[in-house]
Amino acid sequence: MTTSPLLDASGVAKNYGAVAALRDASLSVLPGEVHALMGANGAGKSTLVKILTGAISANAGRILIRGEARDIRSPAAARRAGLLPVYQEPSLIPDLDVLSNLRLTGTPVEPFRAWVRELGIPDLDLRDTARDIPLAVLRVLDLARALAVEPDVLLLDEMTAALPANLAEKVLEVVRRQGDAGRSVIFISHRFVEIAALCDRATVLRDGATVGVVDIEPGVEEKIVELMLGTRIVKTHVAARSVADKARPPARPRITVKNLRVGTKLSDVSFDLADGEVAGVVALEGQGQDELFAALAGSIKPSGGTIEVDGSPVKFTHPIDAIRSGIAYVPGDRSEALAMQRSVRENIALPFSAALRNWGPIHMRKERATVASAIERLQIDTRAQGEVQRLSGGNQQKVTIARWIAADARTILCFDPTRGIDVGTKQEIYHLMRELAGNGKSVLFYTSELEEVQRVCDRVIVIFGGRLVDIFPVEEADEPALMRAAYGLPRGAKADVGILADPHSSTQASNASDAAEATP
Amino acid sequence: MNHFLRRQGWVTGLFALLIVLFIATKIIQPGYGSGDFGSLARAVLPYAFAVAAQTVVVIAGGIDLSVAAMMALTSVTAASMMAGASEEYALFVVPFVLAMGFVLGAFNGLLIVVTRVPDIVVTLAMLFVLQGAALLVLGAPGGGAAEWLKALISGTVPIPGLPAAIDAWLPKALLVLIVCLCVIWIPLRRSRLGLSIYAIGSSELAAFRSGVPVARTRVIAYALSGLFAAMGGLALTMSTGIGAPIPGPYLLASVAAVVLGGVALGGGKGGLLGPIVAVFVLRLVRTDLTLLAIDPNVTAIIEGAIMVAVVMFGAFITMRGRQ
Repeated sequence: MTTSPLLDASGVAKNYGAVAALRDASLSVLPGEVHALMGANGAGKSTLVKILTGAISANAGRILIRGEARDIRSPAAARRAGLLPVYQEPSLIPDLDVLSNLRLTGTPVEPFRAWVRELGIPDLDLRDTARDIPLAVLRVLDLARALAVEPDVLLLDEMTAALPANLAEKVLEVVRRQGDAGRSVIFISHRFVEIAALCDRATVLRDGATVGVVDIEPGVEEKIVELMLGTRIVKTHVAARSVADKARPPARPRITVKNLRVGTKLSDVSFDLADGEVAGVVALEGQGQDELFAALAGSIKPSGGTIEVDGSPVKFTHPIDAIRSGIAYVPGDRSEALAMQRSVRENIALPFSAALRNWGPIHMRKERATVASAIERLQIDTRAQGEVQRLSGGNQQKVTIARWIAADARTILCFDPTRGIDVGTKQEIYHLMRELAGNGKSVLFYTSELEEVQRVCDRVIVIFGGRLVDIFPVEEADEPALMRAAYGLPRGAKADVGILADPHSSTQASNASDAAEATP
Repeated sequence: MNHFLRRQGWVTGLFALLIVLFIATKIIQPGYGSGDFGSLARAVLPYAFAVAAQTVVVIAGGIDLSVAAMMALTSVTAASMMAGASEEYALFVVPFVLAMGFVLGAFNGLLIVVTRVPDIVVTLAMLFVLQGAALLVLGAPGGGAAEWLKALISGTVPIPGLPAAIDAWLPKALLVLIVCLCVIWIPLRRSRLGLSIYAIGSSELAAFRSGVPVARTRVIAYALSGLFAAMGGLALTMSTGIGAPIPGPYLLASVAAVVLGGVALGGGKGGLLGPIVAVFVLRLVRTDLTLLAIDPNVTAIIEGAIMVAVVMFGAFITMRGRQ
C-alpha cells in the first residue's frame, strides 16, 4: 500500500530530569484506520499522548501531520492541526453548563446533539452543569464534543473504562464507523476484547520505545502481551478454590446482609460472604453497587435491612465502625483513598494510627516493620516512595490494598480495583486476592471487566436495577452468561448480547439493551 | 424558571435580605430618607469596586491581597496629579490611573504565571510594595480632585418626567457604579474570555485540555482586578477630594462580600451581582447597628456572625435542594 500516513511521529523522546519517560517512540496512523496504542503502565503511552496533544513538548522527535512537520505546543494547537483527544478524566469544566462548555471550545451545537443521541443518551439537557452529570455520561459527552468538530485524528484514552456495557457498546460502534468514514482513531485500551473487535493495527510501547507494530488478527493477543512485557507470560486463570477446599463444609458466614435498602438505589438485597472466599459483584454502571459498598464500608447509612458481622447485627455510622469490625474498603479511584502528597509509609500506616486512642507517639520501629513487610509482600515498586502521587497507578492501588493487609483487616471490599492498570499489575492483584482468601480472609470484589470474574471469584452476585437478581457459582460465569445476567436477563436465555452478539441478527440482544437503557 | 432559581437563587435571597434590612432601617429610624440612601451609595462605591476586583480573581481560582493597596496607590496618584491642576487635566488623569491599575494588575498576574510562586504570596508581597509606593507618592493625606469629578458622584440623577421624590432615590454614585461595572462585566460574561476565566477557576486541567490559554487568561483576570481597583481608588479620591496613602479596610471587606455574595473561594462559581448586593447588605447592617447605638466593637462581632450564618444557611438550602 502506498497510502501516506495521516499522522506520523518518529524518534519522540522526553526526559524528566535524568529519567527518560520516552526514548524512541514512533507511531504512524493511516487514514481511516483504528490504531491501538498499547503498553504496560509506565511504558510511556500517556507521555506520548500528551506530546501528540500538545499538553507537554518533546525533547526530540518529529511529528508529521499529512506529511507536514507540525510543532504542537498547546492543546489549542493540536485542535487546529485536526488532532482531538478524549482523555480518561473528562475535560468538561465542572462549574459550567454543557452549552458553555461547547462555546468554550467553539464546538457547533447541533452536530454535538446529534452525536449525543447517537451515543445512546436521548435526554440530555444542555443547561445541566457538568458537575451534576454522572461520570459515565460525561465521558460520552466528551467524545461527542470531539466528534462534533470532525477531527482528522481522534485520540481515545481508555474510552470505555468506567462505562456501563450498554454505553460502551454504542461508543465502540461509533468509533468503528469513524474509521469507515476516513478518519483515523488512536485507541488506547487495556481490554483485548475491544481491541480485537475494533482495531486494524496496534503499536506496542515498552520502556519508552516502540517495540512493534502488529496487524490485529486472531491469536495476536499472545504476541502483543509478549511485546508489552518483553517476556513470554502465560495468560493464567488464577485457580479458584481447589477441589479439596470445595469438599469442606461452608464456613460460618463472615458477613450476612439481609434485605438491605439504601434510598431508592438499592432494595431488598440479601447475601452472605464467607471467610476464605472471593465473591464477585457484577452490575452495569449505577445499578446500586456503589451504594452497596458504601453501606458495607460505613460511609452511608442504609435506610432498611440489617448487616450482620460474625453473626451479630451491626449499625455503622462512620467508616471507623466498619474498620473496627475488620471491614476495609478499597475504592476504584485511588485518589479517594490515598494522601497523595505523603509517603508510601505514612499512607500504609494511616489506618492504625487513625484511631483516637492511638494519637500519642508513634511506635516507629514497629510501624516500620509492619509497613516493610506489607511492601515486600505486595512487591510495591518504592523507588518513588517519598510521595505516593509519583507512583504509577498500579503501584498506588497496591498501596491502598497494602494498608489493609498491614492493618490485618478480615474483610476487604474492592471496588473495581484494576481500573486503568496494566496487565502485569492486574495479575498481581488477582493473585493477592486469591492469597487473602486462602488465608481465611473474605473479599467482596466489584469489577467492570467481566473477564476478571472467572479469574478471581468463587461466586458471583449480580445486581440489576438496585435488586440482587442472581447468585451463581463461578463455573457458570463465563462472559456471555455474566453479560446476560448484568442486563437482568434470566439465566436460561440463550442469545448472546453486547459486543459478543452477532450484529446482524439477535433481536433479543437489542431488546435487552433497550431494556437496560429504559431502567437508568 | 427552575433554572433561573437554581442559578440566581443566592442573589435573589440576598436581595430579599437587603429589602428586609431597608425595612428594618426605616423602623429603627423613621426619618431614613433619600439623602441617607445617597450617602449609603457613596459610602458603598469604593467597597463595591474593591469587591469587583476581588470577584474577578476569585472566580479565576486565585486571590488578590493587594486590592486595598492598589486602591491607595491609584488614589494618591490621582490626587497628587490633580492637585492644583486645571479641570481639563483630569480628563487625562482618569484614563492614566485606570491604565496604571490595569498594568499593575497584569504585573501581578505575570509574576504568578512566570515565577509560579503561589498567588497569595505574590499579591501579599505586592501589597507591601504598593503600600510603600503610595507613601512615596504622597507622604500624608493630601492632593486634590477636579470639581467635575467630585460632582460626578454627589447628588442625584434628574430624570425628566419623573417627580423629584423619585429622582431623589437615584443617587449619581449608584449610577456611576452600575455603569462602570456593566461596561466591563456584561461584555466579559458574554465572551470566550469570560468563559475562560470561569473555566480556569473551575478546573485548570480541564480548561487547559479544552484549549484555553490558561496563563494568558490568568494574567488578564488580574489585570481586570487592577482595573477595578483603580476605579475604586478614583472613587476614593472623588468622594473625599484628596488621596490617602494608608490603605483602607477594603481588602478584608472585599473577601467578606465575595463569600457572602455566593462566589466559591475555590473559583469557578458565582457572578458579580451577588458580591455587589452583599456589599450593600454589609454596609446597611453597619448603618443599622450604628443607628441602634451599639458599641462599634460589638458591631464587628455581629457582622462576622451574620456572614457565617448566611453562608451556612445558603449551604443548607443548596443541600436540601439537591436531595
